Amino acid sequence: MFNFFSPTNIFLALSKVQKFINSIFFPILIVSLVFALILSPADHIQGDAMRIMYVHVPSAWLGLACFSAITVLSISAFIFKIKNFFYINKSLAPIGLFFTFLAIVTGSLWGEPTWGTWWVWDARLTSMMVLMFFYIIYILCFKLIKKEQLLLKISSLIAILGAINLPIIKYSVDWWTTLHQPASIKFGVSNSIHSSMMLPLLSMLLVLLLYGALIFLMKYKTEIIRIKKKNIKRL
Amino acid sequence: MLTKKVKNRIIFLIATIFIFIISIFFVLKSLNESILYFHTPTEINQKKNLSFEKKMRVGGMVKKKSILSDSKGVQFIITDLRNEIIVTYSGTVPNLFAEGKGVIAEGKLKDKKFFIADKILAKHDENYMPPEMKTNLEN
Repeated sequence: MFNFFSPTNIFLALSKVQKFINSIFFPILIVSLVFALILSPADHIQGDAMRIMYVHVPSAWLGLACFSAITVLSISAFIFKIKNFFYINKSLAPIGLFFTFLAIVTGSLWGEPTWGTWWVWDARLTSMMVLMFFYIIYILCFKLIKKEQLLLKISSLIAILGAINLPIIKYSVDWWTTLHQPASIKFGVSNSIHSSMMLPLLSMLLVLLLYGALIFLMKYKTEIIRIKKKNIKRL
Repeated sequence: MLTKKVKNRIIFLIATIFIFIISIFFVLKSLNESILYFHTPTEINQKKNLSFEKKMRVGGMVKKKSILSDSKGVQFIITDLRNEIIVTYSGTVPNLFAEGKGVIAEGKLKDKKFFIADKILAKHDENYMPPEMKTNLEN
């Protein structure tokens, strides 16, 4: 049973998953792009500019989701001293940074034609910027701190501090007046995105999720090779 | 089942998270005024010490049939359905600027009912629908 958790076995299992995702990624990408760019209708006010939303919204979700995962893993790793979770976090952080950055850039591109400005310092945009800085600090601390025990403590601390920002991002549009519009998709309530736009949005979410998973698997496999070099028998 | 060390770590974590949340809460509370990106006409109406020198932002809906445009610029009324402010602006307005839609004007107050804007931003609402749906809804 414990043999399964040897780095070699996990490496092989992850390779299989990676191959599977590789085989389905491009068909799903093409189908989603056709839906998002051609088959779905343009918005009644914004026109074609709203198609940016198909990248913007999923990447913002994934940026938040990555940080939530990092926080949960950090907390459990801190309590139960599971080092493997830190290797997972180390591989997750750059992906989260990429998606957060993508959300900010696409949002900015969308803001120019719709709002009439690239950037404003309202609560939603600023808190998203803060999230990006937390990702950068988190990644930097893995690069800069060499002592392992210290690294585990400081990175958990950064993750917990950054996690408080997550509900602020989510509810910033409800708590304060912002230029950014309130959430269109809410659980339990009938949402304000028409179903013909919901399908491409969800399929683009799947595409970005698979893309993130691919990058994660590659990075995590490198970490496993590093662990094997240190001759640790079990993850 | 949990060892003493693990229990201590859990208590330490809960205490830290608690302190973080409390402190962030107070920071946000004290910043509350400046986190608000814009003020509604009602808020301006009720405010006592208004500054007419400082730049500020007013937001709300463009009142229906209130847009007057000539060669010098546009004039329109921002409303939050209770109070109204007349806004004048010279320059180009964003594409989404229209009657009945959200808008944010940046500039200076002249008095409680009159605002001179030097920047207009269109605020988009959270509704997304194809054009056919919109015409269906109107009919």
